[in-house]
Amino acid sequence: MATMVQAIRMALHVGEERLGVTDVFGQDLGPPLGGVFTQSQGIKCSWNSPLDERGIIGCAIGLALAGARPVCEIQFCDYVYNIIDLLKLGGGMYWSSNGQWNLPLVMMTPVGSGIHGSIYHSHSFDATATHIPGWKIVMPSNPRDAYGLMLSAIADPNPVMFLAPKALLRAKALPGEEIPGEPDERALSKMIDAPLGDRSKWTPSWPATPDLFIPIGKASTVRPGRDVTCVTYGRMVPLCKKAADELASDGVDVEVIDLRTLIPYDWEHLKESISRTGRVLFVNEDTEVTNFGEHLLRRTVEELFYQLLAPPRLLAGAFVPGVGLADALDTASVPQKTEISSVLRELAGHQP
Amino acid sequence: MSTTPIQEHFYPDTKLSPDVLIRLHELMLRSRLLEERLIRMQKQGDGYFWIGGPGEEAFNVSLGLLVDKGRGPAHDYLHLHYRSSATMVAMGIDPADAMRQMKNTATDPYSGGRNFVNHYSIPEWNVVPVSSPIEVQFSMAPGTALVQKRFGGRGITIVQGGDAGTAEGDFASCLIWSTRPGMELPVLMIVTNNEFGISTPAAEQHGEKRIADRGKAFGMQTAVVDGNDPETAYAAIKQAMDYVRTERRPFLLEAKVSRLYGHSSSSGANFVTGDVDCLARFEKRLEERGILSRAKMDELRVQETQALLEMSKRVRVEPQPKGPTIYDHVFAPTEVGGEARARQDAMCAVGKTAEINNKEQS
Repeated sequence: MATMVQAIRMALHVGEERLGVTDVFGQDLGPPLGGVFTQSQGIKCSWNSPLDERGIIGCAIGLALAGARPVCEIQFCDYVYNIIDLLKLGGGMYWSSNGQWNLPLVMMTPVGSGIHGSIYHSHSFDATATHIPGWKIVMPSNPRDAYGLMLSAIADPNPVMFLAPKALLRAKALPGEEIPGEPDERALSKMIDAPLGDRSKWTPSWPATPDLFIPIGKASTVRPGRDVTCVTYGRMVPLCKKAADELASDGVDVEVIDLRTLIPYDWEHLKESISRTGRVLFVNEDTEVTNFGEHLLRRTVEELFYQLLAPPRLLAGAFVPGVGLADALDTASVPQKTEISSVLRELAGHQP
Repeated sequence: MSTTPIQEHFYPDTKLSPDVLIRLHELMLRSRLLEERLIRMQKQGDGYFWIGGPGEEAFNVSLGLLVDKGRGPAHDYLHLHYRSSATMVAMGIDPADAMRQMKNTATDPYSGGRNFVNHYSIPEWNVVPVSSPIEVQFSMAPGTALVQKRFGGRGITIVQGGDAGTAEGDFASCLIWSTRPGMELPVLMIVTNNEFGISTPAAEQHGEKRIADRGKAFGMQTAVVDGNDPETAYAAIKQAMDYVRTERRPFLLEAKVSRLYGHSSSSGANFVTGDVDCLARFEKRLEERGILSRAKMDELRVQETQALLEMSKRVRVEPQPKGPTIYDHVFAPTEVGGEARARQDAMCAVGKTAEINNKEQS
């Protein structure tokens, strides 16, 4: 069972072997470390950049303009904020040039809380990211999706942000979340995890890596249900699914949808589910004011108002300047399972 | 403005043939007249905003003549700024296209009426889109140069910005990324120094005496050149280019230039006195040397002025883009995930196209 970080690594390997990736670069992405989360270990075209976020995204844009196909990384999304204008520039390149220049690049960055990263290693980025037109934005919640979405991101001729929920990077795949044909956990680790200590003579032995493209823009129903629709993504997906599974024993049947792609998002999928259940909860961990879930909620009200049986709800992170280090502060900052369960139960019981 | 001393060994020969001097003059004149026409267009309501580079013709025309023009890494990549119109004129643009961008017509070949004047974008010539935020081009230049380093050959990356913009971190990024040990990049970094950042004098903002000296800390070859002198500028650019082409290492060239119509239309775009007019100075020299007579130059000026006026009249009646085209070119067509793309198109179009059409009809 691959972890998400192993899945990303395998996808990058496919990228450089079969999809034309020329560069996997960023701070610490090259040897010997291969990424602070080990995501680029064994990738031949990986290299270490200066510690310069503007330079990283700028170089990626330049590479893409000249016909290369780069995957760059901002080490933590908290450090993306000083490159917002370059993201606007990259996202607008195709549009502002009236379709003359497209940018086939991927910017990956770990996002969200859950590893006790404190104030500058716990931010979410989805609300800000979705406010920068011209980028496609994907966010996997399990290893299989991480693999398939990364392949699609690499193959896409547009700039794509790959937001990796850092709390899930080392989580093992659950049944159904495997990459087809992958070896068992121990064998895979031996093949593609770099050893501790001297790595100068180490080379990975890659397992079979199928062409599993998960289409950008397609959501997935991770748990069907009839009473309430729960729309979420990233780290919140397993949490919402667990809450839904537990509620089932009380007779509350929750449908959980993993958005997987934030832009372009799969409105038809959401619309079908919300129209059927009449009740919806949007869950994510970015701060609640001007949250991406608010956009989905607005559209729900505007287009599905007369199909709703209860006021649509949003559960999101607290609108405070950071995620504190102490456990109680960390958990109070972002939605937790009990809160999710409680709102889902409330929604299920609401009568118009 | 006096000629700043330059490193002698870089410029052994500044003599250009009369043919080249006449060509330089013709292009400098055309560039100047184009900018003056664009300013008039803006003042007459045929455009919302003007920004450009009158005063930089001596340097920028020389640069344009020396560029290896073409598509792909074998040729030069250009990361220019909005004062680079003379470079584009020297490279051979149709001046009407600059007017189309000023008038924001649908026929504007650089942005389809979406971007400001002098924001060029020409894939066929490796001219990457000019950006309004200053200095961001210095962050991108190492990317194209890296491709060229791998590719080999003689193609180089040319990145150009103003003196005020060197305060941005992107300038430092370019210095750092271009000079990593063993990974030096074929980048010609150009700073056109007109000694102003909008209205802020450089003397209030720069502690360093020569901006080019910042390259020395990175082991780069550097030079300062009188950018108002086309002969000196031509030789300096050629020397710097030759170095980058053959050594595959970066070079930082600072050109002292004038800014003859202020920062932009926001500051009035009126002719300023006190700065060297590179065109007037060059014309005087050509006359003194007997290369071109005053009468000949006056005749050329009348012809070019008339031609540009006729062009502007034609451009004025060309169509404007339609509102619903705002949804064109948000994303490049995708082969993988085609179904999802169709949904995105549908998502973008929900209500919006109909709404805009209704507005236009009313």
